[in-house]
Amino acid sequence: MFNREFEAMQLSKLRELQLERLKWSLKHAYDNVPFYRKSFDAAGFRPEQIKTLDDLRRAPFLMKQDMRDAYPFELFAVPMEKVVRIHSSSGTTGNATVAGYTKNDIEIWSEVMARTIACAGGSSKDVLQVAYGYGLFTGGLGAHYGAEKIGATVIPISGGNTERQLMLIKDFGTTILACTPSYAINMADYVEKNRPDYDFRKTKLKAGIFGAEPWTEQMRSEIERRMGIDAYDIYGLSEVIGPGVSCECSAKSGLHVFEDHFYVEIIDPESGEVLPEGEKGEIVYTSLTKEACPIIRYRSRDISRLYRTPCSCGRTLVKMEKVTGRSDDMLIIRGVNVFPTQIEAVLMEAEETEPHYQIIVDRKGAMDDIEVMVEVNERIFSDELKEMDRLSSRIKQRMQSVLGISAKITLVEPKTLARSEGKAVRVVDRRKLK
Amino acid sequence: MNITQLSLFLENKPGRLQSALKVLAEKNVNIRTLTIAELADFGIVRMIVNNPDGAVVALRENHFTCSTTEVLAIEISDEPGALEKALDAFSRHRLNIEYMYAFTEKRNDKAVMIFRFDDIEAAKKALAGEGYRIVNKIDIIGE
Repeated sequence: MFNREFEAMQLSKLRELQLERLKWSLKHAYDNVPFYRKSFDAAGFRPEQIKTLDDLRRAPFLMKQDMRDAYPFELFAVPMEKVVRIHSSSGTTGNATVAGYTKNDIEIWSEVMARTIACAGGSSKDVLQVAYGYGLFTGGLGAHYGAEKIGATVIPISGGNTERQLMLIKDFGTTILACTPSYAINMADYVEKNRPDYDFRKTKLKAGIFGAEPWTEQMRSEIERRMGIDAYDIYGLSEVIGPGVSCECSAKSGLHVFEDHFYVEIIDPESGEVLPEGEKGEIVYTSLTKEACPIIRYRSRDISRLYRTPCSCGRTLVKMEKVTGRSDDMLIIRGVNVFPTQIEAVLMEAEETEPHYQIIVDRKGAMDDIEVMVEVNERIFSDELKEMDRLSSRIKQRMQSVLGISAKITLVEPKTLARSEGKAVRVVDRRKLK
Repeated sequence: MNITQLSLFLENKPGRLQSALKVLAEKNVNIRTLTIAELADFGIVRMIVNNPDGAVVALRENHFTCSTTEVLAIEISDEPGALEKALDAFSRHRLNIEYMYAFTEKRNDKAVMIFRFDDIEAAKKALAGEGYRIVNKIDIIGE
């Protein structure tokens, strides 16, 4: 355990600490961010009324759209000179969410990531290969700072270049791999196909910290079997801090939430009411210690369940079930967040008219596969094949540059895409997540 | 005179062409010739019919995407080298062919081919000068 004092804290003491921190966080947000002042006032909520943790349910929610509307810095609670780092979600203007970090925020983030690495059995003796992307995406740098914090040796290779990844695992004696689960399977596939001489079992690799996209138990056993390692789920979102909000321990049954920094509630996504512990619903996050971008009751849209049962690892922190669903239409495709509305905007631009389309997401092997079917109307129809071909490549290119994903574009006949009760069915997700 | 060609968008799936043709049959539309250009997922059916306007209305009513395009029907001698000679004339006049296809029936012992040019007016002017006969609409449909 990286920080026993907090990770194995007695519940009553944890509650005390959370309440004290919550009071600070609410006041900090109210005093320094006009958005919170306005929304608290409108809801008749006053930070000083907080007497117990349960009182938080009287505070209004923070929605994803609020964060987008705040682009770029409207939710910052400190002057820019205190901000030492900015991360941002992928997306165009109006879609991106921005997260700022003070020196202390980076310290907290490094701390929770160091705990995460320890959860996966890591220590200063380990060599951690960070194959998450480095850059505005929080994955790479989050894992990097956590690894340095715990004193492990970091290999900041970033994503891609599988041949090189394999070489360094072998030559640098990597013991822990951090990347998306689909990239891990991709690596295994690559070895199977191109490198019959390469054997993961003959390397020092022993564990993987896999996250940034939903994955299944089936994928876990596949990775563990093919790479000969223990695969751990790590969860996080840039709005809250990045990776390191919660992670699995050796028990591999649920993810411990670092509650001393992030307060979690489960709500009914329809009514917004807080649900009792153990019930399934949408996770709502409140930061307790964050300075640059405090978040109060952020609706993650992720569906999970919380339970507080004694864990064999000794941590007393609450566990959340692996996130496998969402209460909105956001899709996570190869680690990239995609909203159908973004796809719609691209089509709109190409067609200059309201498009009829359907997004099909599937998992072929380990990789997510996205196909966008577009109904061909007379406006975009040309009797020359080359024009039609040009149209689909143009859409494909725009998708790539706007969303950062490569989608297959299929042109289909009008009125062929499923409509249910007259309403178009925009997304068909065929990935089976259990 | 230009010929009006009917172009139809179809998915590359069993039964799709048949269902479009059924719509045309029910409207008593007669197909004089037909060709298909296809990619992996879809194709474009191009045809010359006796009543293109009626065909378009019927297809649209049945939710097919279609359009009409002006093309030229040109008589070409039915003998070795005749098509090559015609194409030679086109290239001398820098006329680019987008696509072409043939009628199944002969007319006055000559083959009739449909050409879609980039610039239909330039093509007509050039071809008249080369002595090629452009078949007009009434000729084909009246046969």
